[in-house]
Amino acid sequence: MGVEGIGARVARKEDRRFVTGAGRYVDDMVVPGMKHAAFVRSPYAHADVKKIDVKAAEAMPGVIAVLTGKQLKGDGIGNLICGWMIHSKDGTPMKMGAWSPLAVDRVRYVGDAVAIVVAETKGQARDAAEAVEVTYREKKAVVDPARALAKGAPQLHPEAEGNLIYDWEIGDGKAVDAAIASAAHVTRLHIVNNRLVPNAIEPRAALGHYDKAEDHFTCWTTSQNPHVARLVMSAFYNVAPENKLRVIAPDVGGGFGSKIFIYPEEIVCLWASKRTGVPVKWVADRTESFMTDAHGRDHVTEVEMAFDKDNRITALKVDTIANFGAYMSLFSSSVPTYLYATLLSGQYNIPAIHANVRAVYTNTSPVDAYRGAGRPEATYVLERTMETAARELGVSPAELRRKNFVTQFPHQTPVIMAYDAGDYAASLDAAMKAADYAGFSERKKAAAKKGKLRGIGMSCYIEACGIAPSAAVGSLGAGVGLWESAEVRVNAVGTIEVLTGSHSHGQGHETTFAQLVAQRLSVPLDTVSIVHGDTDKVQMGMGTYGSRSGAVGMSAVFKALDKVEAKAKKIAAHLMEADEADIVIENGELKVAGTDKKLPWFQVALASYTAHNLPAGMEPGLKETAFYDPSNFTFPAGCYICEVEIDPDTGVTEIVQFVAADDFGNIINPMIVEGQVHGGIAQGIGQALLEGCRYDPASGQLVTASYMDYTMPRADDLPSFKVSTSNTPCPSNPLGIKGCGEAGAIGSPPAVINAVTDAIGDNDLTMPATPLKVWTALKAATRH
Amino acid sequence: MSDVSLVVNGRKVSGTVEDRTLLVHFLRENLGLTGTHVGCDTSQCGACVVHVDGKAVKSCTMLAVQASGSTVTTIEGLANGTDLHPVQAAFKENHGLQCGFCTPGMIMTSVDMIARHPEGLDEATVRHELEGNICRCTGYHNIVKAVLAASKTMAKGSKGRAKAAA
Ligand code: FES
Ligand code: FES
Repeated sequence: MGVEGIGARVARKEDRRFVTGAGRYVDDMVVPGMKHAAFVRSPYAHADVKKIDVKAAEAMPGVIAVLTGKQLKGDGIGNLICGWMIHSKDGTPMKMGAWSPLAVDRVRYVGDAVAIVVAETKGQARDAAEAVEVTYREKKAVVDPARALAKGAPQLHPEAEGNLIYDWEIGDGKAVDAAIASAAHVTRLHIVNNRLVPNAIEPRAALGHYDKAEDHFTCWTTSQNPHVARLVMSAFYNVAPENKLRVIAPDVGGGFGSKIFIYPEEIVCLWASKRTGVPVKWVADRTESFMTDAHGRDHVTEVEMAFDKDNRITALKVDTIANFGAYMSLFSSSVPTYLYATLLSGQYNIPAIHANVRAVYTNTSPVDAYRGAGRPEATYVLERTMETAARELGVSPAELRRKNFVTQFPHQTPVIMAYDAGDYAASLDAAMKAADYAGFSERKKAAAKKGKLRGIGMSCYIEACGIAPSAAVGSLGAGVGLWESAEVRVNAVGTIEVLTGSHSHGQGHETTFAQLVAQRLSVPLDTVSIVHGDTDKVQMGMGTYGSRSGAVGMSAVFKALDKVEAKAKKIAAHLMEADEADIVIENGELKVAGTDKKLPWFQVALASYTAHNLPAGMEPGLKETAFYDPSNFTFPAGCYICEVEIDPDTGVTEIVQFVAADDFGNIINPMIVEGQVHGGIAQGIGQALLEGCRYDPASGQLVTASYMDYTMPRADDLPSFKVSTSNTPCPSNPLGIKGCGEAGAIGSPPAVINAVTDAIGDNDLTMPATPLKVWTALKAATRH
Repeated sequence: MSDVSLVVNGRKVSGTVEDRTLLVHFLRENLGLTGTHVGCDTSQCGACVVHVDGKAVKSCTMLAVQASGSTVTTIEGLANGTDLHPVQAAFKENHGLQCGFCTPGMIMTSVDMIARHPEGLDEATVRHELEGNICRCTGYHNIVKAVLAASKTMAKGSKGRAKAAA
């Protein structure tokens, strides 16, 4: 189709409301009688709670109630859970410590909530929160995961001896050890993947409303998956049964994974609303977001990669410690296992792989999925190692990669994943061409003349998206299925509504999903509305994360459209007395091929609802539902090249060019896809050069708890990006889509660090490569 | 408590507020103008930028009482009826927004920036000027493109108007 269908650069339908300030986010919601909440949070990383005295706070102006964990437990509200079971290699299940939405007798990280204050105004709630007197007995804290595993370390949970949650492995350890023993060359690295704070610009928020008349709860929340929130709050937290709980995620200002999880605050606001009889709204301030949003990454890894004499990889051995923070967040356990270790084959033929992963409790914020979730960590391990190996072997990094690429599909890796389609050399060639890789040495010379150090680095990533086949993830421990659902309603006058379980918090579904419908039914984009984010409107859904909305969510729409189309054709054939097989859909009409007989959509729709003249036995209406369960993961892949210039006097790194060549399979709207890549790259560059979440090792205080301390990428830290795509369509879903949401954040960190280390000639540099670190490395090098 | 009165988006408004009330909270909570957002607590993110007496101001850095007597324009007051302001239109056309949360502040900053650079803008200047506005979604690429495009359109527009006037 032309200007509005699949593949068209359509400007977004949702933008008018956002550019005019008419977007509706949770903090914009007002419910009659609504009051405001503030949480009382632990100032200590680890302490026993001896006493909570609420008297002074209750007497403060405007205060309606001060509620604690004891009352919450007394009302039967359940503990937060991690919904993905992982078994250690000795067969024992993961060790999940209890996480009460309001801590009762122990706090385990700075920001752990112990009480909620409800008051007339936000200011009064905050004032009163400060007047709640909590007596703590401080305990020793541990924030470093390796130290948490050591003998004598402070213990967080009685359930997890030695702070160890699980000790898990995948792959063939014996084969790997044998290959390493007989290798021509082994590259070894110690790799740290720095802890990040997701920092969606809209802070998390919740508005809980208990309706006494109906005995019914409504929760407005900043969620990427409102149905999952309802399911989990009903099934595990005993907030209310599903039919008594409506969850609405209206416009949501970015998520990046951090808004997948169900947090204590929404549970507590709902409960507090019933307790107090008023609707209760809580909005995080930024420091609360820093303290309590689930953080990302935080891995420490030892890696060994073995090569034969022809520089072919023979084995990969990985040993990772993953910091989980103080509690197991909803999907935390899956991140360093099935979303990480299963991607360790990268784009390469690696005959033997073994990974061991230990997950550890520390006195820090809980860690869970953040844009890429496990796959950036895997890519960083592999691509730093490949680049280092090329340097050690004295060969071109591009050619070392090319030599080891997977070229035959399907390809079964030794770590579960079966790659279905790809052309890795095509992305590598495209990126090298766009970056003028061949001209780099000239540019390096020119930079040297200006006194600058120039470096170039690349990264070839693969990720598994479109998560996920339900039976497969179920067998690996997932507590949910990862299908998606859709309903397509052709209304009586011919307008169309698509109800989807996917949730848009910046991805532009109102446009891309409509483009699919416009294409299939040959109708104008304007007649199509997308409905999402409300459990009372949309049948069911699993939400948006893991780059799944296109591959899984739109595939569900596709399936529903198949059914709509089939029924519409039957009706049209009946009305025009033609054969069903002769009906074609063109220009908003159903036509009898080869004749001038035709009916506009609205007449067919109207006929379906008036039901005066339908084929015998046909039900009225033109509305179809479909559930789509993917048959495989999808495998987006690509090559990123970063070129930097470093000022040796200051250690400041400037990114002088950044090239991304991605294969996302088929694309619905290239403009939106490019935007996703830009945003992902910015987050990846942020991780590589700027962002690092830090806790004080002795006190466990969060040192980076504001935008004054945590370096967010700003406009003048970044260049414009050169992005392009190639296409090997995904064979496992009807649209051939692979997904594009996370690629930028996955592929870019190693490309940046490979470039910086190339420029300074020192391979031993950790992220974020701040000016101080770079300058120090350069100083050390000149002293030698 | 203090009384404040000001002109917001061309309308006279007044209210009685706690002394500590920030302009952004007055706009959002008293006037229901929720297009102006709060993204931080350290005046770093720029989600709250409005125009006070013609200048871009982070409305979380100003008390409502300080703004009393001023003329304020928020994102809701920028379009001319259903006609988008050229900067709003450029953000839409160039995909300069994703989740939309930083967008009102970005647009208000950009309008002010373009006004202060009648000579035109280049990429480096735009990036430098946007330093006080954080976006987590777009990587700024398309925001920069949108500002440059709007600046061109508006330069043409003002030349056109100048010609028409002559
Ligand atoms: S809310 Fe004003 S700068 Fe962040
Ligand atoms: S568009 Fe989401 S923060 Fe800028």
